[in-house]
Amino acid sequence: MTPRTAIQIAAGVRAGTLKAADVLEEHLARIDARESDVHAFNLVMTDQARAAAAAIDAAVAAGNDPGPLAGVPVALKDNMCTHGIPTTCSSKMLQGWKPPYDATAVIRLAAAGAVAVGKTNLDEFAMGSSTENSAFGPTRNPHDLSRVPGGSSGGSAAAVAAGFASVSLGSDTGGSIRQPAALCGVVGVKPTYGYVSRYGLVAFASSLDQIGPFTHTVEDSALLLDVIGGHDILDSTSIPARQPSLRDAIKQDVTGLRVGRITDLPEGADPDVAERLEAAFDALRAAGATIVDVQVPAFSYGLTAYYLIAPAEASSNLARYDGVRYGLRVNAADTNAMYGATRVAGFGEEVQRRIMLGTYALSAGYYDAYYGKALKVRRLIADDFDRAYQHADVLLTPTSPTVAFPFGSKSDNPFAMYLCDVYTIPTNLAGHPAMSVPFGTGAEGLPVGVQILAGTLGEPQMFRAAAALERAMGVSK
Amino acid sequence: MSESQGTTGSMVYKAGAVTGDEILVDGWELIVGLEVHVELATATKLFSASANRFGDEPNTNIDPVTLGLPGALPVLNRHAVELAMRIGLALNCTIQPSTFHRKNYFYPDQPKAYQISQYDQPINIDGFLALPGGKKIGIERAHLEEDTGKSTHIGGAGGRIHGSDYSLIDFNRAGVPLVEIVSRPDIRTSEEARQYVTELRSILVAIGASDAKMEEGSMRCDANVSVHKPGMPYGTRCEIKNVNSIRSLGRAIDYEMRRQIDMNEAGETVRQETRHWNENDGRTHTLRSKEDADDYRYFLEPDLVPLDPSPEWIQAVRDAMPMLPGARRARLSASTGQPADGEAVMVVVERGQDDYVLEVAAAGGDVGRALIHVKEGFADEGATPTVPAADLAGLTRLEVGGQLTATQAKTVLAEIVANGGGDAAAIAAAKGFEAMDTGALEAMVDQVIADNAAVWSKYCSGEEKAMGALVGAAMKASQGKADGKLVTALLQAKRTA
Repeated sequence: MTPRTAIQIAAGVRAGTLKAADVLEEHLARIDARESDVHAFNLVMTDQARAAAAAIDAAVAAGNDPGPLAGVPVALKDNMCTHGIPTTCSSKMLQGWKPPYDATAVIRLAAAGAVAVGKTNLDEFAMGSSTENSAFGPTRNPHDLSRVPGGSSGGSAAAVAAGFASVSLGSDTGGSIRQPAALCGVVGVKPTYGYVSRYGLVAFASSLDQIGPFTHTVEDSALLLDVIGGHDILDSTSIPARQPSLRDAIKQDVTGLRVGRITDLPEGADPDVAERLEAAFDALRAAGATIVDVQVPAFSYGLTAYYLIAPAEASSNLARYDGVRYGLRVNAADTNAMYGATRVAGFGEEVQRRIMLGTYALSAGYYDAYYGKALKVRRLIADDFDRAYQHADVLLTPTSPTVAFPFGSKSDNPFAMYLCDVYTIPTNLAGHPAMSVPFGTGAEGLPVGVQILAGTLGEPQMFRAAAALERAMGVSK
Repeated sequence: MSESQGTTGSMVYKAGAVTGDEILVDGWELIVGLEVHVELATATKLFSASANRFGDEPNTNIDPVTLGLPGALPVLNRHAVELAMRIGLALNCTIQPSTFHRKNYFYPDQPKAYQISQYDQPINIDGFLALPGGKKIGIERAHLEEDTGKSTHIGGAGGRIHGSDYSLIDFNRAGVPLVEIVSRPDIRTSEEARQYVTELRSILVAIGASDAKMEEGSMRCDANVSVHKPGMPYGTRCEIKNVNSIRSLGRAIDYEMRRQIDMNEAGETVRQETRHWNENDGRTHTLRSKEDADDYRYFLEPDLVPLDPSPEWIQAVRDAMPMLPGARRARLSASTGQPADGEAVMVVVERGQDDYVLEVAAAGGDVGRALIHVKEGFADEGATPTVPAADLAGLTRLEVGGQLTATQAKTVLAEIVANGGGDAAAIAAAKGFEAMDTGALEAMVDQVIADNAAVWSKYCSGEEKAMGALVGAAMKASQGKADGKLVTALLQAKRTA
């Protein structure tokens, strides 16, 4: 069997000891065996992937270096544009739409030698926490097929957990990378807002969306961010300054690192999850970190502020799906009727709910009470975090209050579903980085993730803590 | 100056010139503010690299950003910002840190279903435009925004989407950079409105910000019109759209003023609404009332960062500004003694030929005669006429020296212009032009009187028309060499003698 991490695969392929084609075939074989159960993909790009792997092997044979991700099979969340390859956002609205361009992150992966194996399932337009909102059916958790993989990047998390791809990309607006990473037992990172270009990422809530990796190891995530991160002139909100290598950052241990415990964190985490969080604090203390108490009073207001800001932006971002230029069109008597018929037929229930919420929050007469107030809360949250980071380098929380839950257990209650993201949302509002690292198992032997948070561009410290937790797990295994 | 096209009833302006003083129509004062949209003369669009070019095949200057494809993001065009700053500086505005908002509404030619526009923090605020006569019209703001695509509705009535069979959309114009220039309600007559737009157009062309062609839609004007009685609060305003020429602007404002005055005098209430100017029937018609207005749900555009030009950048733009039409007129007026808002100065500066006139003066020419020659004879020449300034200077010197009559000078000028230059003296000589001396002229006039005794006596008995026949006879006798003005003066002197 070929190695599973990107670091190992790329090293082997670059050294000529491993064929990209062989690596790919092993992954395709696993897809053949389990994809019908897991449904991680909206599209498996078998032919394109084989051609790409062959090209990598040919490059190596010709004495060229295909790059730091040489031959690494990667899965892409199906809200990232791929040139000439359908990009659906798991919505009937975009079914069959083929973008005429690639997302910047997709281009950077390919330029580094990665081999795209498919487009992964998600909650429609990335709205959800279970991947149950996909128009094409849910993804199942590879650890327990009766349970959700989390969401909205459930397909990308499941693809890595099931060995369908070595690594994958997801997008995170309120926890859509970290929560499925936790539920599927893989590493998932939401970088600082602006760390990775959003060009070609189909927008849900533009001021919150970030692309990030799912990987088996912390170092793989560091490698992926080193590859896809950095300024992009096509995204005005991408950070201009060059960032330090995260692979270099994790060479440093956590001696002296100040790890914060949020004493006023909203309650609600299940006991098994809370127990793993305590174990994580213990592991970091044992590794040389200092544990400090901090307060982030506005943390608990994150969820409500988020459910005004994100839908408000979504209501605008999704208005372009009007049946005029591309995607679904349902003909009707006149233009306005066509808009209505198209959008009712093309959007699922949760998407329609959020469009209505957001439209309302921005409406004349309600703006100040809802959207305007939510912006003020957002500012408060960022300020509270900034104060906390004067005393701590990173903060530790649960990623998800629970382990993976059974299908249907929250899908009739939107608010219960929204609570899945209570610990992940505030960092999106602040624009900060956060990541989920697998840290053992909870109830039913299901994976539990611990979330590490840091301030703006605090990725190096965040990755140091993550690597320490990973080492601690390795030792205890 | 008063004009009553497209209006009903009487309209008498108290004052004959635009002075900014109280100008009343049946006791009502007109209040106008203008919103002018201009397309910027950039090579590419406001947020993408597609060409900004008028008249191309439909849907050829498009890209993922222009079409609002999923995942596409706007990137602000630096040159558009620079042109917007030029406009701000030319209109005496303050340039301030600014932001972009989304203005959300559904329309088929609006690809993202929102327009990216500056909202509560525009790049330029608080300026003014000075009309040629000196009156200052306040500028509230001049902000950046993107244009929409262009819809053509086929079938149905009036080219409107409602009732049409189908619509064609050209997205070439979508994303073209616009600056919207919003005046304060300082305009009091339709003539002032026309002067404002004319002067604004000259400024925009002079600074290279736009070609500002109303007929091609690269300059579009909406008028906010209301009337009130002096001393009373301003009346309810109506916004007039679809005004496609400066002449139409005057007609539309005059019509709308009359309509509102008539309503007020009939005891009716003017409702706040958007009205559509119909060029064919010369009237404005209700487009939509205020109650029907869209809720645009403005919010800060999250795909763009705040725009905060550095003082160095602003200074560099300021340093590169050309002299503006108003300053050019003042300069030419000072040199020639002609009024800055007089026809000769206005026309020559509009054509950009004022530098040339001053060159002629610098080459030893008579600046007053040069101004008239350039105005009359250089209509087809551009800002840099082919005739060397020294040649025109030579011509004016001959005139000043009395060696050429005005009529002869015109002939010589035409020849010089036709040949792209030439020595006036040589042309005059070749045509046999030589100025008659006063003695010879007087003798010739005496001969004309003798030869036309009957006409002369009519003239002496007060029949002024007879003068023309005598001057004509003198010009004929001199084969055009006589100066008509001198002949006239001699005839007048001899009659009173």
